[in-house]
Amino acid sequence: MGQTITEKILAAHAGRDVVVPGEIINVRIDIALANDITAPIAIELLEAANIPSVFDREKIVLVPDHYVPNKDSRSAEQVQIMRRFARKHDIRYFFELGEMGIEHALLPEQGLVLPGDVVIGADSHTCTYGALGAFATGVGSTDIAAAMITGETWFKVPESIKFTYKGKPQKWVTGKDLILYTIGDIGVAGARYKAMEFDGEAIEALPMADRMTMANMAIEAGAKSGIIAPDQVTVDYVSRRAKRAFELYVSDSDAAYVDSKSYDVSEIEPQVAFPYLPENTRPVSGAGTVPIDQVVIGSCTNGRIDDLRLAARVLKGQTIDRNVRLIVIPATPTVYRQAMAEGLLETFLAAGGIVSPPTCGPCLGGFMGVLGPGERAVATTNRNFVGRMGHPTSEVYLTNPAVAAASAVLGRIGSPEEL
Amino acid sequence: MITEGRAWKFGDNIDTDVIIPARYLVTTDTKELGKHCMEGVDAGFSKKVRPGDMIVTGENFGCGSSREHAPMAIKGAGIACVVAESFARIFFRNALNMGLAIFEVPGISGGIQDGDRVSVKHDTGEIIDHTNGRRFFAAPLPPFMQEIIKAGGLMPHVLRKIRG
Repeated sequence: MGQTITEKILAAHAGRDVVVPGEIINVRIDIALANDITAPIAIELLEAANIPSVFDREKIVLVPDHYVPNKDSRSAEQVQIMRRFARKHDIRYFFELGEMGIEHALLPEQGLVLPGDVVIGADSHTCTYGALGAFATGVGSTDIAAAMITGETWFKVPESIKFTYKGKPQKWVTGKDLILYTIGDIGVAGARYKAMEFDGEAIEALPMADRMTMANMAIEAGAKSGIIAPDQVTVDYVSRRAKRAFELYVSDSDAAYVDSKSYDVSEIEPQVAFPYLPENTRPVSGAGTVPIDQVVIGSCTNGRIDDLRLAARVLKGQTIDRNVRLIVIPATPTVYRQAMAEGLLETFLAAGGIVSPPTCGPCLGGFMGVLGPGERAVATTNRNFVGRMGHPTSEVYLTNPAVAAASAVLGRIGSPEEL
Repeated sequence: MITEGRAWKFGDNIDTDVIIPARYLVTTDTKELGKHCMEGVDAGFSKKVRPGDMIVTGENFGCGSSREHAPMAIKGAGIACVVAESFARIFFRNALNMGLAIFEVPGISGGIQDGDRVSVKHDTGEIIDHTNGRRFFAAPLPPFMQEIIKAGGLMPHVLRKIRG
């Protein structure tokens, strides 16, 4: 019997010909990632154990992105721990402010994660890199600490679910809408422990940014990973960025899946995930009248240049509602400069919004746009849990960048078609 | 080891933002994190917890972030173990790695009520509700995971392997 792309990548990294779902294997990792929330715990563990050196200074990536530029002195201390560790061990990829971007936008952009890789990151949205045809999954700080010593980690080989997307998407429908629709269909535990494999003509037609948005939110369905087979879009994206060799894997036609789902994307409208779970999705036409206080366009889910272009297309020549605060967060310095060169930042500012430096900031209620009691935000982020963006009584509605931009103008949740 | 205490019941899909809100992730101090444990759903939770108490919860406990601060906060609050219908995978892995006892028992939500007196035999996974007299058994962990627990967590397990 054939193997899935996930099984092939894991087998190759376990030094095996074949692996079977359910078995526990030890695999070699290509990249171990941590951020300013999760790295300090890993570093403290390594120092407590008197570890003299890491397994490979070029395969550890440290990105202080969550509370940077430091939101207070305690978050600054967390980054100091990372900085000292990076210097001590001469970690090649420690990104200081100015080079730093939101990790899951930054690593693919810098060519640090590649097709066929096994990547672990102490951040749940590490699954983003599945868009490149890599096996990538979130783990905790202790797993990262252990991997920084050995260069290996253990996995239970996941079963795969195949999600096939057919047809041509409606106007304003993006990768974000496809994944929100899917999570709305299967629920926040619908793919728990599984690998979500996305394919079909609508996926083949998706640009890399949208593929990353889809793989990014696999965790919101409880999945271990999300993955898309590499094709010409992938090769075009990585070949000008890669600094090392990579390998393309695809699933065999007779590979085994524990379940499969098929969607006709022409029937999917732009989606809105209502509080307090990403599975509470509705088409934007069915959102009703929901007045809002804030709009956040950015994050590891939707802070790439394609996302900012889409938002700017909606906001061009418009003025946002006077009761709404619009915060735009380019995910990396490269995205920021590109947006500046294309005049997108001017469009955001002219519409009445403001542009923040790259940071995870408001997505997790950290800083740079935290919500007060009862406030509502439309956000292009990935989670709308209780208190996610601030006060426990605040609310987050998840959408794509076009709907978020239109909502800023309308002062309520709405579609670009209403402008 | 046997622990005994009060069951604190929660629902399905309890996420890591509820277990420990992100605004407290500027420290790695377990005790301090514990003060804010479950603050998203029960603001005074940590003050009510007594030694031996446990969390009994529904499906997909710990979904969301990879923050290890979530199991750290639960430990820091003095919770002896978490019994759930099912766990989100990163939370499961983190709990195992850092030595927070967790037990997966399908159907447990309907079997134990909030406030019940419950004892847990950690070695065998036997759970007894002394309030209603019912007994439950958690699914045993695979041998590899039991090895990690026996070593005292992932780091001691790895260090023993590399240092012999």
